[in-house]
Amino acid sequence: MSGAKRLLLLGGIALALLGMTYGLWYAVFAEHQALDGMGGSLAAGFSAAAGRNPTMAARSLEEYRKAKYDYDRQVDVHGHWIGLAMLLIVLAIGFDRVTFSEKQKLLLAWTLLLGSGLFPLGVLLQTANHGAAPRALAVLGSVLVIAALAGIAFGFVRRQIVE
Amino acid sequence: MTEASKPVAAPGPVRQAEQVGSPWFAPLSARRLLTLTGIGMILVGMIFGDIFAVFILHQNAARVGNSLAAAANAAVAGDAAAVAANFKGTGEFLENRGTKVDTHVHLIGFGYLALMLAIVQPWVALSEMARRRFAWLFLFGGVLLPSGVFLIHYVGLAYSPLAAIGWASIFADLGGLLAMLAAFAYLAGLVRHFQRDGSTSVQDNLLDDRSIAGRWLLAGGVLLVVAGFANGAWYAAADLYRHEAADYTILSQMSLAAAAQDSAQVSRSLQEYGQLQGDKAVKIAAHAHIIEFGLLAILLAFFQPYVNLSEIWKRRWAGVLLLGSALLPVCVLLELRFGLLAGGLADLGGLLVILALLAMWIGIARHTGSLDAAYGGAR
Repeated sequence: MSGAKRLLLLGGIALALLGMTYGLWYAVFAEHQALDGMGGSLAAGFSAAAGRNPTMAARSLEEYRKAKYDYDRQVDVHGHWIGLAMLLIVLAIGFDRVTFSEKQKLLLAWTLLLGSGLFPLGVLLQTANHGAAPRALAVLGSVLVIAALAGIAFGFVRRQIVE
Repeated sequence: MTEASKPVAAPGPVRQAEQVGSPWFAPLSARRLLTLTGIGMILVGMIFGDIFAVFILHQNAARVGNSLAAAANAAVAGDAAAVAANFKGTGEFLENRGTKVDTHVHLIGFGYLALMLAIVQPWVALSEMARRRFAWLFLFGGVLLPSGVFLIHYVGLAYSPLAAIGWASIFADLGGLLAMLAAFAYLAGLVRHFQRDGSTSVQDNLLDDRSIAGRWLLAGGVLLVVAGFANGAWYAAADLYRHEAADYTILSQMSLAAAAQDSAQVSRSLQEYGQLQGDKAVKIAAHAHIIEFGLLAILLAFFQPYVNLSEIWKRRWAGVLLLGSALLPVCVLLELRFGLLAGGLADLGGLLVILALLAMWIGIARHTGSLDAAYGGAR
């Protein structure tokens, strides 16, 4: 088995395990609390509106916005880490059909693995830091994934044409 | 043949099956178990998703909208108790929807992982018995998690020892843990293989297939995945932050209008909120489905040698699968513009994928039958 294939296979299963571990931790320790927090602040906002207290309503909805911002990203991280891990494993299995040199294939594999780790990590870091750095990391990760995937797809197409 | 290039032999219990040409797909082997059950899980997950989409999704969305409207109108009337009661209802409808979606997604996700683990079995340096046990563990966990998630809405916190997590959630989490343990064991087996036998080649005819159906599925699958990534990047750049800002702005406007007893603004905000949720849902669903179908097509490309159907039928089913895989996400995206017509076509796309997958599963089951007959003869 080539180095590139091995990297994608082991990296993919390791990333899937990371995504599952994160998902399990999230389901046990964070998800129910996050959902309760979102529902509670939304209900509090409208209850304050019923009590003709717009300041309290605005404050509660701001809490809802923050909780939902975090919740959406935390769920997305779980889904994207595992989804990208499955893509790595599947591509590893068929990597012999990519028509590039071993060195180029290794570069593509590293790019894809790095992007697959960084993209969800950047999304996750957005829950801790609302600055530009985590967004830039997520964008960088997604660009790496898309570039590597485009390269691999081109390698597959070359093989199909040759065959 | 040098020692380094010496092929790895099939494991003990399946050695006799070498004589019939499929040493890794012998009766009761880990690969056979993971393959047939994995496709079965994907099929059940997809059928569940189709039933959910046709009979529950839209009705549930309408109930969520109605209870949110009732809560907003109660706020306009100054009735805080009714606000709380209606939000409780909204929470229950959202939980019902969320757990159904999670059941669908996790069952299919574990099915995909089962197929991947089936393919890599020859490289897992564990005994056949251990690999089979871990396959059972993975499949048990993979079924327990979605079953537990499905029951969360119905079981609630009944008899639960914890304040926020019910028994259904506890069993779902246990299922996830079991699947993780099995996946970790396979990873350890792979690492062991690369450390110990990394330079030896593994004989496995599954990955040598270059049939037309396999090539269609591989090329189509890669194209679908690339399209899904492009769609996701576009969504992140153009819609994600706009949607998040609109979600907060519309709800703020609604609550402030309710505090000011402005019923007309509340109605407008409710309408805008419903449209926003619809827009968000179809875009995320299209992104997720196109990538998942792409992955499925690539995976099935590798399993074509096990599909015991004539070449022409293998091509037909590959074409049907790719057609359904493109039709569903495209029509889901068009649902907001063309309503039920696009929704119906999306459901048809899902049905085509299910039919093609079922046909391939039957083809693989037929292959096991002929293999077992030959295996019996060899024995």
